[in-house]
Amino acid sequence: MMKYESQGVAKLYFIAAIGLFTGQILFGVVMGLQYVMGDFLFPEIPFNVARMVHTNLLIVWLLFGFMGSAYFLVPEESERELYAPWLAKLMFWIFLVAGALTILGYLLVPYAQLADLTMNDLLPTMGREFLEQPTITKIGIVIVALAFIFNIGMTILTGRKTVINLVLLTGLVGLAVFFLFSFYNPDNIVLDKYFWWFVVHLWVEGVWELIMASLLAFVLIKVTGVDREVIEKWLYIIIAMALISGLVGTGHHFFWIGTPDYWQWLGSIFSALEPIPFFMMTLFAFNVVNKRRRDHPNKAAVLWALGTAVMAFLGAGVWGFLHTLAPVNYYTHGTQVTAAHGHMAFYGAYVMVVLTMISYSMPLMRGQKAGNQKAQVLEMWSFWLMTVSMVFITLFLTGAGILQVYLQRFSEDPLPFMVVQEKVALFYWMREVAGLVFLIGLILYIYSFFAKGDEVVFAED
Amino acid sequence: MSKAHSEIEPELLPGDLAIWLFIFMELLVFGIFFIVYAIMRLKNIEMFNQYQLTLNRELGAANTLLLITSSYFVVRAVHAIRLNNVSNCIHWLYAALAGGTGFLILKSLEYYDKFSAGIRLSTNTFYMFYLSLTLFHFLHVILGMLILFAIVIKACRGAYSDQNYTGVETGASYWHMVDLVWIILFPLVYIIR
Repeated sequence: MMKYESQGVAKLYFIAAIGLFTGQILFGVVMGLQYVMGDFLFPEIPFNVARMVHTNLLIVWLLFGFMGSAYFLVPEESERELYAPWLAKLMFWIFLVAGALTILGYLLVPYAQLADLTMNDLLPTMGREFLEQPTITKIGIVIVALAFIFNIGMTILTGRKTVINLVLLTGLVGLAVFFLFSFYNPDNIVLDKYFWWFVVHLWVEGVWELIMASLLAFVLIKVTGVDREVIEKWLYIIIAMALISGLVGTGHHFFWIGTPDYWQWLGSIFSALEPIPFFMMTLFAFNVVNKRRRDHPNKAAVLWALGTAVMAFLGAGVWGFLHTLAPVNYYTHGTQVTAAHGHMAFYGAYVMVVLTMISYSMPLMRGQKAGNQKAQVLEMWSFWLMTVSMVFITLFLTGAGILQVYLQRFSEDPLPFMVVQEKVALFYWMREVAGLVFLIGLILYIYSFFAKGDEVVFAED
Repeated sequence: MSKAHSEIEPELLPGDLAIWLFIFMELLVFGIFFIVYAIMRLKNIEMFNQYQLTLNRELGAANTLLLITSSYFVVRAVHAIRLNNVSNCIHWLYAALAGGTGFLILKSLEYYDKFSAGIRLSTNTFYMFYLSLTLFHFLHVILGMLILFAIVIKACRGAYSDQNYTGVETGASYWHMVDLVWIILFPLVYIIR
């Protein structure tokens, strides 16, 4: 059912992505409990380690997801086999082993010892949030990324060039280039944070948006049969707005970290516009699905695609805007409001777009046009369980965040951090329950791949 | 997407609808920027008035003329292609590009002058707005020129005719937007006291 045999390498990447996703959620549930039961699993898994594993697994599995998506998408768009399928397989195993060793390193030895073991002092890059990976792992990521981009790039350059695969390639090259800032580790902590955002922000609010838009556009073309020309136009405007708002929008991270105060203006103005590209993606997805020329048998994939557009707008757009203006951020900086935004934005934009690609491509790689009836029903159930529970996680964290801002920073007699944490514990408990529902949704999602049932009847080919 | 050349009533929006979506969003960005500028000026009126005098109005005025003239040239380009005169259309587009290039050169001279006087984004609030607003517009001039240049290339390949000139109108619309923003920006930042 695949058009090109080499698209099949994506399957490896997707299986690993789902495996690591499960790990991420398990650690999330553990950590959620540690918010209210501080010594749960201590000293085996302290909170800071659980947090590091939770966030690092997220990044690594999304990278697996992006790579798998690219390996599936690029041959089809370029109308040729992958330039070097063997390289894609080799890089998969290297990345998986390096990723697993790194996570085991976090879990089995104290972080300082891990730094010693991996000779961090030769080129110190460790110890920074989200970029905790040992230097040697970072070098490994660069090698894997270069081999990946070479493979994808050669396939595109020697094949058909479309707006979709060129936007995807631009996004992936940007991803690799901005990661290089993780090797720059100045002594001055302001400069350190400043350039740290060049990786973190310019990934998630810059080049990843290009990757997301192109993946979404690809799936929408496939499931709706709408003219490529229409979809490409949308893509142009969305990426132009994403870059116009997102690049200078980096400034919203520079408000209170010791950078010049003009960032308060630039950051506020440009990041206030960052919801626009996400809103356009929502309009785009619904518009295209309404204009569809056929009803694709893979209903689950259509649901994921529409869900991505809506949740990305809510999580990244609306929840980002909530605390992006400098006068608001003065109070909300680094509170649970940020955590609320982070959860829904990552889930809505990047988790869901990868799951959309998996939902569309996995049946094809397994020799079917779409999953069977039962599998699709289960998958759609898992969609709703995960998505609705994520909405609740976000709402509870927002509640906790607003209360925290008030008690700790806004009221006449501000209370100390830990006192406030105890006062908002009810919200953390509710968040933990929502997290467990998310885990159930994820288990159902995995089970849906193995469900047996009646084949979907195709109205047309 | 082709259009017949006829004397029917003008359409509501010339060019591709997508570019208008983009133009309205661009105007929104600049609009917010202008409003914030106005509010900050109200709060620091003396400081803004004082440093406004250090700006080079003559260069600003020359740039205004350049952009308006070059906007006229793209009008001529659209007119030419409607008459199926491809080479004329290309010549007018080159003329418009020359206007844009002139703008970039004069603006660079102005920046050189300001930067060598030690003026930076962090010098004061007025210069922060002056530099970021004009620089943001500067980037738009470059983008507009890239769009016009892409149209020149397509026109050279024979992509446009009196039956199909949506692309030329699309680029022209964007270029007018770049011009329009400058026509507001120039008096706002350089002149109004």
